[in-house]
Amino acid sequence: MSRNKTIDARGVYYKQLNETIHAAVAEGYHHLVLQGALGQRYIGVGLGPEVRITINGVPGNDLAAFMDGATIIVNDNVQDGICNTMNRGKVVVRGDAGDIISYGMRGGRLYIAGDVGYRTGIHMKSFRDQKPVVVIGGTAQDYLGEYMAGGMLVVLNLQDSPRPAGDFLGTGMHGGKIYLRGRVPPHQLGREVGTAELGDQDWEELRAVLDDFFAETRLEDPGLARDQFTLLYPKSLRPYGNLYAY
Amino acid sequence: MRGHRKHLPTSKDISGCAISGIMNEAGERFSGDMIIGSIATMHDRSNGLGGGFAAYGIYPDYKDHYAIHIMYDELADRQSTERLIARYCLLYEDESIPNRPSPVIRMRPFLHRYFVQVRPELLRRHSDLTEDDVIVDMVMEINTKIKGSFVFSSGKNMGVFKGVGYPEDIGEFYRLDEYQGYLWTSHGRFPTNTSGWWGGAHPFSILDWSVVHNGEISSYGINKRYLDNFGYDCSLFTDTEVIAYLFDLLVRKHHLPFEAACMAMAPPFWSQIEHLEPRRAELARTMRTVYAGALLNGPFSVLVGYSGGMVGFNDRTKLRPMVAARQGDMLLVASEETAIREVCPQVDRIWHAVGGVPIIGQLKDPAKVLGQPEAARLARMTRSLAPGAAAA
Repeated sequence: MSRNKTIDARGVYYKQLNETIHAAVAEGYHHLVLQGALGQRYIGVGLGPEVRITINGVPGNDLAAFMDGATIIVNDNVQDGICNTMNRGKVVVRGDAGDIISYGMRGGRLYIAGDVGYRTGIHMKSFRDQKPVVVIGGTAQDYLGEYMAGGMLVVLNLQDSPRPAGDFLGTGMHGGKIYLRGRVPPHQLGREVGTAELGDQDWEELRAVLDDFFAETRLEDPGLARDQFTLLYPKSLRPYGNLYAY
Repeated sequence: MRGHRKHLPTSKDISGCAISGIMNEAGERFSGDMIIGSIATMHDRSNGLGGGFAAYGIYPDYKDHYAIHIMYDELADRQSTERLIARYCLLYEDESIPNRPSPVIRMRPFLHRYFVQVRPELLRRHSDLTEDDVIVDMVMEINTKIKGSFVFSSGKNMGVFKGVGYPEDIGEFYRLDEYQGYLWTSHGRFPTNTSGWWGGAHPFSILDWSVVHNGEISSYGINKRYLDNFGYDCSLFTDTEVIAYLFDLLVRKHHLPFEAACMAMAPPFWSQIEHLEPRRAELARTMRTVYAGALLNGPFSVLVGYSGGMVGFNDRTKLRPMVAARQGDMLLVASEETAIREVCPQVDRIWHAVGGVPIIGQLKDPAKVLGQPEAARLARMTRSLAPGAAAA
């Protein structure tokens, strides 16, 4: 039976707040609620699967960095670099996110209800059964999936913006998949990216992720269908293999 | 121990920092507490080696005078500097810049301010010489010729307050809670390539322009040589100085609207231009061709203040963060959302900046806020900002 604890984060310096969180977890409090978070960095760093944190307020950069299995729910916006090199676990954000989210992420799931900034999923990677999944309810700005090496990025554009993603989409991508709801003109794509319709297996894999996304974010599924999506894939697994070969 | 001394670096400065700006577009003035509260939330973006503020509307009793803020290494530097000032200006008042002793501000230069007007006889020598030109000449002469003196603020009804320390401590030190302004910008510095010295903190300012800047201008050499053609002497070797002079050149002298000036400095890539709508594509091509030397490369987010407002913009690939919000007449721009939400918990709208696209705040009625003569000077300075002129 896990125990609950509410932590008042108002005005608490990030170092002290994180020490308080880790001390509470060590004492056996596994359901934590942070009230009034505002800008504290590194919340959730390294925490394991037994922990669940609900955050009220805007947490600081590198939320859930190196996280190892915990679940974090944020009832507001988040800033830059969340899920940086995250290993396992789940982060659900009810608002928008900043730049370089899921940077180098190597496992677990990140669901953003709103829009995201630049360079989402930069250098995401997968290894054996480790497969990071990022779902964005709104739109993404430029360089989505830059240097992406593995895992799955999904952009739903639930508000039907004319521009679901920005320019230089998938620049340097050499692994993983991007599912984008809508069509992207070729000039918005990085040169390493190809587009395709979804196969049966793609749709099956995406549908399962979408069901979980809508359940966790409590957003309504507007009846998403397979033919609304475009699959973006890397044309080469080693696009720069010959760059330094003489 | 020479941390309080003037120390012009010998190579350009690279830094990763925090910026914040808050403006009331109706010209309502508010105390410096708000900007200190905002920048303090980003404490860990700086490392205590530089903090500063620019404040507009703080000297209403002297709004027709230039407020010259100077750092002196030694009291002896004052005499030669004041003789030089007297050659250019008539002095109305001078005093030490008020401060409160702080345990964390251990070393500092002597800080003095002068309220002056340009000698009328200097203006009669050349028909096209403006007061602003004379002030720029004077500032350049003091900063390059007098070893222990550094002018860090030279605008009207505005002032820069900066030094070595965390920005919230610098704000306390200068008693900014006792000033009222309609526009405040601030900076927390994290110098990585040069030592921190008082004059090297941001904002960097010339006339009413003030610049706070996070990032690095890797095109510094090209921009410096380009500005050299127009008589700007980049003596401080900071990339921030380059941005201030480019705004002065593009907006005050070449009368570009801010949108166009920002496009000159952070234009779309050629590959993007061909997919813009035709008129915008033509504008972008023209700006890139005419102002190739003004193109800023490298990662940066910048906040420029001037008496009429503030402009925030990013490098075109947005390698540094910038968030903006509006609440009634307030415009808030910062490196992190929390720096906005700390001082303005409820906002009408909050959004992330787009690379190369400026976020612009402007006084709605400059004449009411600045008075008729200064509003006219602002209009001359930013001549093309008439409604519609900015649409491109």
